[in-house]
Amino acid sequence: MEWLGPEEWQAVVLSLRVSFWATLLALPIAVLTAFALARWAFPGKQLLNGLVHLPLILPPVVTGYLLLLIFGTQGPVGGLLQELGIVLAFRWTGAALAAAIMGFPLMVRAIRLSIEAVDPKLEQAAATLGASRPWVFLTVTLPMILPGLIAGSILGFAKAMGEFGATITFVSNIPGQTQTLPSAVYAFLQIPGGEAAATRLVLISIVIAMGALLLSEVLARKAAKRVAGG
Amino acid sequence: MLSVSLKHKRPGFALDVAFEAPPGITVLFGRSGSGKTTVVNAVAGLLRPAHGRIALNDRVLCDTDQGVWLPPNRRRIGYVFQEGRLFPHLTVRQNLLFGRWFAPKASPRADLDQIVEMLGIGHLLKRRPGGLSGGEKQRIAIGRALLSAPEMILADEPLAALDDARKSEILPYFERLRDEVGIPILYVSHSASEVARLATTVVVLQDGKTTRQGPAVEILSDPKVMPTGVRSVGAMLETRVKAHHSDGLSELDAAGLSLFLPRLAQAPGEEVRVRISAHEVILSREKPQGLSALNILPGQVQQIHTGDGPGAMVSLRTPAGHILARITQRSAQALGLEEGSDCYAVIKSVAIAPGDISKTSRS
Repeated sequence: MEWLGPEEWQAVVLSLRVSFWATLLALPIAVLTAFALARWAFPGKQLLNGLVHLPLILPPVVTGYLLLLIFGTQGPVGGLLQELGIVLAFRWTGAALAAAIMGFPLMVRAIRLSIEAVDPKLEQAAATLGASRPWVFLTVTLPMILPGLIAGSILGFAKAMGEFGATITFVSNIPGQTQTLPSAVYAFLQIPGGEAAATRLVLISIVIAMGALLLSEVLARKAAKRVAGG
Repeated sequence: MLSVSLKHKRPGFALDVAFEAPPGITVLFGRSGSGKTTVVNAVAGLLRPAHGRIALNDRVLCDTDQGVWLPPNRRRIGYVFQEGRLFPHLTVRQNLLFGRWFAPKASPRADLDQIVEMLGIGHLLKRRPGGLSGGEKQRIAIGRALLSAPEMILADEPLAALDDARKSEILPYFERLRDEVGIPILYVSHSASEVARLATTVVVLQDGKTTRQGPAVEILSDPKVMPTGVRSVGAMLETRVKAHHSDGLSELDAAGLSLFLPRLAQAPGEEVRVRISAHEVILSREKPQGLSALNILPGQVQQIHTGDGPGAMVSLRTPAGHILARITQRSAQALGLEEGSDCYAVIKSVAIAPGDISKTSRS
């Protein structure tokens, strides 16, 4: 891509990498959380529900600052991770963590809806046929919630691609390290003559977002057709 | 052999049952709300009873005193649900083989081809359940349960969601299960004609309690037992096909007495169980003359049972077996009926519905 400068290209690649890992890591935890919220009764359920939704309601800058307080090298978790040789603050891994947390409520909401749509009677039937709980989940629940899983992943991915406030607060805006696509757009707009580069990145943003949406539509329709049978 | 004893409480409902289900079909019979499904779910392990012991052959599935409770996936019980509950995301073939995959490798394997053939579902194997009819779905559900190599089959009103035509499509498969598969079947129903056709043993549930249990022929002929209304009361007679006549009637032999029915499919010599609804029987003190009815059985009044209404249930002992007649108390008085009186039961041959006739099982 001749028309993209190295710095712009870096930002695009970094954003894709950050979003990919953010989605991949958040997905299993989102499924577990959605399952707990949809199916289980436990004390503190409303508290968990609130916590999950917090990144959606809080200003992203606040979330970013909280991440810095907790996962920064001086923070309780960050300090512990540092002793293990893992540093998140001001690294791309930190950007992935911020993106994952910001996308998490969207993923949980989509997956929870699809879990609530699964008839537990089908899972009972699978159990009477000899399937243990993990097998019931793998062979019945999981295939049936696949459309929701896809929708949730794409939503999470799109949110991660667009995440700005929490990212810039937690990991700053270091080119090649933590400068994601939205951060780069912001940076280009701060320098005179940067509008052209910013516009190119905006166009790429739109293409990726639309592409992801279309892909999710196609996949979800395929999965839904399988589940509906016919 | 399955043995069950359960105590369970829900708000406004207390279950307290004990019964045994020998090989053959044991029908749990009772009105809706009598606790039938609760019992079956406890046997399957889908419901944890407050108190109870459930044992299948030599395995204890649940014993609350000993703290034993096997989860449903380790009970080896095939469950045919009322609504089929097929997996919509799997093909018919995958649905059928679902349970086999989890069955212990050493267990005797039911043959897929044989079961597909028996249920007549070969042409459906590649399809998904979404587009299938209720009857087809239920046949697949039966196949799926059988192929999981179960030690027993549970069926919770498997015909309730089907119309009459589909019912008569499925019933013969349960008869074949009863006659060909040597495992106990616990079958929940509130339909007297299903019970009459399928049951080897009947367990009557009323308001969460077992009120009667025993061989089907005995229980179904007892007017006090039948909890689902007088219309379902009827007597059962064991007969044998004697001959098919050229006028379209078949002659049945019931302990030396002849019964005439519209042509049956069974060959002469085959055993046939016949059910005669109590409200299709007329009583006469003298041998009726000049009557169009073909089936007239002589007998003695054994018991007259009266309830709150104007009706009376007369139990008649005939050489062919017990006959029940539903008449009014006024008629009973007018005829001067009392225990031991001689009288004749008049049954119109058309009153014996084909759905109430079935091959008898030797149990």
